[in-house]
Amino acid sequence: MSAAPAGRPLLEVKNLKMHFPVTEGVMVRKVVATVKAVDDVSFTLQPGETLGLVGESGCGKTTTGRCILQLERPTAGQILFEGEDLARLDRKGLSAKRERMQVIFQDPYSSLNPRMKVGSIIGEPMKVHRILPDAKRRRERVAELLSVCGLNPKFMDRYPHEMSGGQRQRVGIARALALNPQFIVCDEAVSALDVSIQAQVINLLEDLRDKFNLAYLFIAHDLSVVRHLCHRVAVMYLGKLVELADSDELFEHPRHPYTKALLEAVPIPDPAIEKDRVHRIMQGEVPSPMNPPSGCVFHPRCSLAVDSCKREVPQARELRPGHWVACPRV
Amino acid sequence: MTALLEVENLRTQFETSAGTVRAVDGVSYTVEEGETVGIVGESGCGKSVGALSVLRLIPHPPGRVVGGSIRFRGEDLLAMSDEKLHSVRGGQISMVFQEPMTSLNPVLTIGLQLCETMEFHLKLTPRQARLRALELLGMVGISEPGRRLDQYPHHLSGGMRQRVMIALAMSCKPKLIIADEPTTALDVTIQAQILELMKDLTKRFGVALIVITHNLGVVARYADRVNVMYAGRIVESGSAADIYHRPMHPYTLGLLRSVPRMDRPRGEKLIPIEGQPPDLTREIAGCAYRARCSFATERCAREDPVREAVGPGHDSACFEKDRLARMLKVAS
Repeated sequence: MSAAPAGRPLLEVKNLKMHFPVTEGVMVRKVVATVKAVDDVSFTLQPGETLGLVGESGCGKTTTGRCILQLERPTAGQILFEGEDLARLDRKGLSAKRERMQVIFQDPYSSLNPRMKVGSIIGEPMKVHRILPDAKRRRERVAELLSVCGLNPKFMDRYPHEMSGGQRQRVGIARALALNPQFIVCDEAVSALDVSIQAQVINLLEDLRDKFNLAYLFIAHDLSVVRHLCHRVAVMYLGKLVELADSDELFEHPRHPYTKALLEAVPIPDPAIEKDRVHRIMQGEVPSPMNPPSGCVFHPRCSLAVDSCKREVPQARELRPGHWVACPRV
Repeated sequence: MTALLEVENLRTQFETSAGTVRAVDGVSYTVEEGETVGIVGESGCGKSVGALSVLRLIPHPPGRVVGGSIRFRGEDLLAMSDEKLHSVRGGQISMVFQEPMTSLNPVLTIGLQLCETMEFHLKLTPRQARLRALELLGMVGISEPGRRLDQYPHHLSGGMRQRVMIALAMSCKPKLIIADEPTTALDVTIQAQILELMKDLTKRFGVALIVITHNLGVVARYADRVNVMYAGRIVESGSAADIYHRPMHPYTLGLLRSVPRMDRPRGEKLIPIEGQPPDLTREIAGCAYRARCSFATERCAREDPVREAVGPGHDSACFEKDRLARMLKVAS
């Protein structure tokens, strides 16, 4: 786990922007505003590395993940996967890359087709990508994937509704592994699970990462889970990346006032610690992304803000090797 | 002095096509005046059903309170006439739900929803009610209360809606507020705001609070006492310090060990509780937790553990609690 990752990154996101038009009218559609869901975000991901992407609802973390997977066509910026610009690939080229990048969704209830048996759900990616066209061999592979994910291979003949939330999430993970990917976007992959089941799935994700040298983009709002699982962490606020650093560095020495406020808001399950903790509660709410504040988008809630913050968009600076902060006041 | 709320051997069941679900199966606890009690447990452990039963809000059919008693200031809520219950519900006992979008009426203005309640319970005139509504919205930290009164719930953000819910819960000067996962749908910074607001208001007005949550951190910060539920029962009950520092039930210990913590060194492996919670449609012989428990013995399969005192105000329903205590002592 190094602060400045060496070697060619698996994934490079460069100045990614995703702006959604807001339209009005039925017959004649008129663009009345744009939502800057993701606005100039850049980061890299090394093979086998887990990067946490955290922030509150609407900060653009999920949209970032969707852009990387080419589920959205970004407004601007580049996404390089294994050195190739995904936007420039043709259908066939993109399909080949997609074998190597997968996704695990938050809700194990809506992300599995209720009419398909578990075996077909996990086997389908292999069928689509014509890996293992032989049905018998595919079944063997499904059985293997199920047991890798801690499920009994007999589950392949079950439907999703016959399983618990934790078991379904394991099916989602098995499906993501079916094509031997290098990279998995985990979009709130453990958020919907109960604590005891969540710990099982977190441990599974860790084991799989070690076993298959997987890189994860771990999108989550639960900071204690992110701290546990991620090597590096990027903090987003209203479509902007405000801080990016090694996990130890970010959680020990957060620099951006938003990161600090986020960390202070997380309650610790220990009444003795909670009693002595100073609770400085950040006031106000996240402004609408349709009408973001000028200059630094965080300035209306920031305790360090000065006049210039209302005018100038802060640029990311490298305070220490690998520790980037977009705030001129720290 | 009697407690504000005494729940005794409460049993609530649901008739489903799969059989009878024993959602709450013999729950007993008390809440003193002005005290904050946390009820923790995982999905389906009966924590919400137990709370809804207190106010007789369980839809029948399929649900029904089949046994036990719930005494509020000495009066049995289960035996009370509907009319009398109406004056308690929303008046002396109020609720804050998880999802403020679905618990506020979308077609009525904020003002109307606040005033209606106060006109009914406090017998205020519309004019008086509006004045008090303004005061309440100011109290829960909503800016421009005058304008907000004429707005609809969809005009407000999630955090603001939850503030309105709290204003509504506080409006009739209750003795007890039951908050069912009040911050689960909110972002962490908004969660901190809402919890701080609830703590401040309940302390200021001496209101007792039951917080139902799956988040152990929330309970640690706000509760005086904690009840841990599993499979329809309270398995351990004690002060927050007891529960977090001297857990005496393997399930409590399991829960504490399975959450990653910000104050612990990174890279520590989590110790999950293996397996799944039991199916509550089946009759469970012995201890419901034994299949997932590393302390389980043969006795746990035969006999049903009852809660026994392990210290002042601290009790646990486990046969092996002494062995657990010894193990934790050695470990520390």
